[in-house]
Amino acid sequence: MLFFLLPSVILVTIFFALPVVLTGVLSFTGMDYSFKWNFVGIQNYIDMIGDFMISTVVKNTFVYVFFTLLIFNLGTALLLALFTTTVSDRIGGFFRTIWMLPRLTPSVVYGLLWIWAFDPTDYGLVNIARKLLFGLPPQNWLQSDPMLIIVVANGFVGASFGMILFTSAIKSIPKDYLYAARVDGGSWFFTVRKVILPMIKWQILFVTAYQTLSLLTSFEYIYIITDGGPAFSTEVWALYTYHSAFQDFRFGYGAALSMVLVGIGVVSALLYLKFFRFREMIKEPRIEVDS
Amino acid sequence: MMKEYRLTFWQMKKEKITKAVIISILIVITLPIMLTYAWLILASFSTDMKYGIIPVKFTLHNWRFLWKSIEGYPPIWRVFFNTLVLALSVMGLEVFATILGGYALSRFKFRLRETLLKTVLVIHAFPSISLLVAIYYILKITGLIDTLTGVILLKASLEIPWGIWIMKGFYDQIPWEVEFAGLVDGYSRIQVWWKVILPLVKPGIAVAGIFSFLSGWSEFVFINTFILSQNTWTLSTYVKAIIGDFRFVDYGLLTSVSLFYIIPTIVFFVFANKYLLRVNITGTKG
Repeated sequence: MLFFLLPSVILVTIFFALPVVLTGVLSFTGMDYSFKWNFVGIQNYIDMIGDFMISTVVKNTFVYVFFTLLIFNLGTALLLALFTTTVSDRIGGFFRTIWMLPRLTPSVVYGLLWIWAFDPTDYGLVNIARKLLFGLPPQNWLQSDPMLIIVVANGFVGASFGMILFTSAIKSIPKDYLYAARVDGGSWFFTVRKVILPMIKWQILFVTAYQTLSLLTSFEYIYIITDGGPAFSTEVWALYTYHSAFQDFRFGYGAALSMVLVGIGVVSALLYLKFFRFREMIKEPRIEVDS
Repeated sequence: MMKEYRLTFWQMKKEKITKAVIISILIVITLPIMLTYAWLILASFSTDMKYGIIPVKFTLHNWRFLWKSIEGYPPIWRVFFNTLVLALSVMGLEVFATILGGYALSRFKFRLRETLLKTVLVIHAFPSISLLVAIYYILKITGLIDTLTGVILLKASLEIPWGIWIMKGFYDQIPWEVEFAGLVDGYSRIQVWWKVILPLVKPGIAVAGIFSFLSGWSEFVFINTFILSQNTWTLSTYVKAIIGDFRFVDYGLLTSVSLFYIIPTIVFFVFANKYLLRVNITGTKG
């Protein structure tokens, strides 16, 4: 049995378990690019409270997570799941597949698509649309509404997660319920509100919890599109951590900032285990020969 | 006599109208995705774009980077080769570790089983991005910083929990009787796994393999953080650098390099999109 588990256990220990512990230890040092272990106690955490950037970063993180989650990862996801299950499976499947495309595309290329879409000249998609529809002059979106770009770019990736989970949940609702609602003359809205939504509320809760954590710790697309700018207006917590460590080379302080994310990660993971029917997933195997 | 009962137009066509409205809304909200990807393809083959999205004249000039390297950048084929090595190695390592690990967690009963399964789930949900600082230190002291080997080991390790979960699912579907039969025939547990069970989970191996390949192929943050010299660049850092230099200036070049980069993704997308909706979602974050 050890033979089977050993490769995974070794790799996961070195690159996962060890870093978790190490992040904790590093957060009590003032390590910089010389990689010296100079323990400074809780100084990093004291600095964090006094850091004038923190209030901006927390505000940005909140705006980013809240709006991406609400509008896209939940809102659009739910809309897509409801819509694509109402129309025929072929058409519905087509739209769902297209929505998977951003998730599959390498992040740098995906970032480029939005950089073009929000191009400041009348070459970009958004400015073209504005010109054709309303006759308005081009606008420099990266300067005027950087957070909007970030929310939209992340949202178009994030929506597919909820979409898939909601779709499979809706498909597993017994058809009788839907027929019953229809025979009673219920409109589409009625069916959705009274039959479908109550039956997928667990999935909605799960997506909310899981995606909040994902968004809190993601910075890849932000890094590529705005890199936190202009003037820190899109600098979120995870990105600030990254900048502190790998741009300012304050590894100790970076580790302390990371610990906040690690803490949130641990707490949410424990909550998942408690609430989301874990027992069923780990049924005991039926035969036993050696162990 | 029966009273004549007439349906209004709305009552008769209600379902059809609802569906038409729904499809229209779907098209509108999906339009940004379709337009941006269409632009990506069109702009790379055109000299200029009318209204940003209508190609004017066909050209291959934008693809010149394939035979003539851009000044200040490493040759594209070396970068391509690095990316391929990274993706294939991540795939190999991950498949190797997870076909073993998934089997153990699916079929063996042992004291730590529940703990391990919980660990797998926790790690799966855990934000590995928050560990970058510590990982940098580990790579530094082991001399793996600025090497592809370091990134390969790291990337594969962080995806192993996902892979184990997927493989376990495939193993779980194989009836126990198959295994009993092998054991009765006198095979050892390892022989049964190798000769009887493994051939039956080939679809699982394909799924784990394809997804780990694509995820290695797309990797950006680790390369960007742990790889410093241009010789070890992969396509993601290459494209990122080009975006930095040619942003708003030469979209033709940007789109061709990007398109070149996402060829494997597109191939997979076109041929295997059935698996896509079922498996991918549990594996990625964002």
